[in-house]
Amino acid sequence: MSLVNFTSREITCKIVYYGPGRSGKTTNLHYIYGRVPDTRRGKMVSLATQTDRTLFFDFLPLELGTISGFSTRFQLYTVPGQVYYNATRKLVLQGADGVVFVADSQARRLEDNLESLQNLQVNMLEQGVDVRTFPTVFQYNKQDLPPELILSPAELDDALNFRGVKSFGGDALHGSGVFETLKGISEQVLKRLAQNTPAVG
Amino acid sequence: MTDQLNPRFRFDAYIVGTANRLAVTAARAVAESPGSAYNPLFVYGGPGLGKTHLLMAVGHLGRTITPGLTVDYITCDDFVEAFHAAIGAGQGDAYRRRYVDTGLLLIDDVQFLTHRREVQAELLRLVDQMTTAGRQIVMSSDRPPAEIEALDERLIQRFAGGLVIDIGAPDFETRVAILRRQAEERKQEIPPGVLEVVATIIDGNVRELIGGLNRLIAWQSVSDTKLDPDTAREVLGGGPAPSAASASPAPTAPSAESAGPNEFDSFLSDITTTVSAQVEAWRARVGEALLRWEGEGYRTARLSGLLDQESPRDPMAVINGFEADVQKLRALEAEAVELEPSLAGNPAFRDPDDLKAAGALTERARAGSNPPPGPSPLYRLEEFVEGPSNRIAVRAAHAAVEEPATKYNPLVIVAESGLGKTHLLQAVANAFAAKDGAMVACLGAQDFTEELIEAIERDRVAVWRARYRRVTTLCIDDIHLLQGKDRTQEELFWLFDQLLGQGRQLVFSSALPVRDLTGLEERLRSRLEGGLVVTLGAPERELRLGVVERALHERLGASDPELAAYLAGRPAESLRAVLGLVQRLLGAAEAQHVSPSAGLAREVLESPVPGAERKSGATRRSSGIVVTTSGGVKSAEKMVWDWPELADRLMEDLR
Repeated sequence: MSLVNFTSREITCKIVYYGPGRSGKTTNLHYIYGRVPDTRRGKMVSLATQTDRTLFFDFLPLELGTISGFSTRFQLYTVPGQVYYNATRKLVLQGADGVVFVADSQARRLEDNLESLQNLQVNMLEQGVDVRTFPTVFQYNKQDLPPELILSPAELDDALNFRGVKSFGGDALHGSGVFETLKGISEQVLKRLAQNTPAVG
Repeated sequence: MTDQLNPRFRFDAYIVGTANRLAVTAARAVAESPGSAYNPLFVYGGPGLGKTHLLMAVGHLGRTITPGLTVDYITCDDFVEAFHAAIGAGQGDAYRRRYVDTGLLLIDDVQFLTHRREVQAELLRLVDQMTTAGRQIVMSSDRPPAEIEALDERLIQRFAGGLVIDIGAPDFETRVAILRRQAEERKQEIPPGVLEVVATIIDGNVRELIGGLNRLIAWQSVSDTKLDPDTAREVLGGGPAPSAASASPAPTAPSAESAGPNEFDSFLSDITTTVSAQVEAWRARVGEALLRWEGEGYRTARLSGLLDQESPRDPMAVINGFEADVQKLRALEAEAVELEPSLAGNPAFRDPDDLKAAGALTERARAGSNPPPGPSPLYRLEEFVEGPSNRIAVRAAHAAVEEPATKYNPLVIVAESGLGKTHLLQAVANAFAAKDGAMVACLGAQDFTEELIEAIERDRVAVWRARYRRVTTLCIDDIHLLQGKDRTQEELFWLFDQLLGQGRQLVFSSALPVRDLTGLEERLRSRLEGGLVVTLGAPERELRLGVVERALHERLGASDPELAAYLAGRPAESLRAVLGLVQRLLGAAEAQHVSPSAGLAREVLESPVPGAERKSGATRRSSGIVVTTSGGVKSAEKMVWDWPELADRLMEDLR
């Protein structure tokens, strides 16, 4: 998939929200959906296919309009977090331009976060993606929970973010950190435009 | 280097306020008379306050006022890097000479000198050298010299010896003025009051100020609502306006909760800024590519064409295509050079818009069908001066040209050095080359051998052979040099037979009579003798006169009969020596600013020698030079050109 197409003057960014089950990926998308004017958003959909009956994911297309002569479109996806939906996750990851890793800040879910992160890396490597340079940001969700239950963003950075990419504390339910995260990943993805634009297709 | 000056950074684009007035005045003074006002000029100030702009403005103005001025702009980082690279490459001296011609040197971000002792020493040397020579140095830094950590005390003193001046943060009015100028430059209509809001919220850094304006412009381009001071405040995150009670929440999706009504708009404006920055980045990329490939000598019309367009359809594809073509050219060149080293640097390999020509050239190299070296066009048979001593040879040459390959084949010209055999060979070759469909190879025996050796090395002897077998005329000079070179002789033998069989003309020249070519295989020698062997004798007076007249005619447009007669009467054993006399006379005439005459010739050629009044015998032939036949130098005339008096002395002493 082409990130920027000079011929048709289109910019399309596919951003995937990744993370363990119930960490708040879909909540992120719902919050964004709620803030986008009707004219700018498509239907938020869930898809299922014949090959994998349990396959489902969220998909939110955003039309950002024409920017610098380029018709700009964002496609936000979430993956099913549960461990056994890996085939779906791989499918959704295909052609992604950036990944938001939504971690559950609760201390007891640290293992799930790690497992999901490893799974992400394995899946990316399988697709031949260089995880070191791939645009990625972290969102530490549920920071609104009582402090004794959760890990702070600094602690989570230590545990998960060993590449030192951008990370955001968040409370997706009430919207804190949601747009910051989206902005963070978008900027990273767009900055790759100038660096390695595939010429065609 | 001067091209690194940003064309936008000029004095007229520099907004002057109280905080920077002094610095600007000093900078102007420096630009107007480099090296005499304040030297060095050291400007410091916080980031984004316009140091680089000021530096470049000095460069621009300096160049405008003093057109010949060499301006170099360099950042301290580049300076350090270049220095290290030069030292690493053992080119320290070359590096030091780098700024010898610079009349105005601009060094940006000097604060990076911190803890770099050796670079500081280098800079100290440079500053001393430039200030002594009255050449201007301007430097900028984000802090005063004394605050640059671990900066050499001597450097601090040098800076203080010039002028150290600071640029402060712009005041409110200057900020508004800067914003207005920016908005005007971008042809953006900004509603009244908005710029003032920006100037209030962002104080200090000009770069941030412009960034703030960018966000507003981006917001305006995607938002349906009109920009007003309140929205501006919101977009810039400056908190609620003191006067406005509440900002009216923009209409959002029905399910929107009250928190952050403008989150999406703000997101959108940020993304817009990022996208425009990235999309415009193509210009930078094109510029980069342009510089690089131009520097490597390639034709870059395709790339510069891009920059002329407002928004080309797919600049990256054009760059990629261009670079791919350059790679193809390089591959073709590498292959062609491998086959034929003489093709290195051929202009056909520098035009990515004409791959066909390069491809064709390489294809010909591959097939060995690039023509072998031809004759020099300087020599023409009809201009060859004829005299009794060379009449037979010249007539034979004309006859051979008229009836190629039938009358005299091969034609062998035998003569000692300097008697014109190369001249005649080349002239014959040219005469053949002028015929329709002719392909004439004309080269020295030495080169012929070299080519063969190279072909053997590259395992391309077959191609090399094919190349020569196609010629219609083969002319080889100094065939005696093939003595003892068995492999070349063998190749020549086969080539000889083949060409002879196909009715092609062969012409050779030799410094030795054919029968004396003992180092040549018998079969080859007999073949040489099978054609016509002609000899060029030592030039008699008539021939010398002809040659002198022609030379004088060529050089002066007319020939003075007395002078020509005198020169022709001078003893000379070869035509080259005769031409040497003419050359000496003309050189002397030029040096004395007189026109050449027989009198002058006498003076020049005879004067310093005792007994100069003795007339040289016109009929008596004397070499004029001592030549030992056993010596390595067969042709002493080649040397005496440089020592004319000595030659004369020797001649007179001999007598």
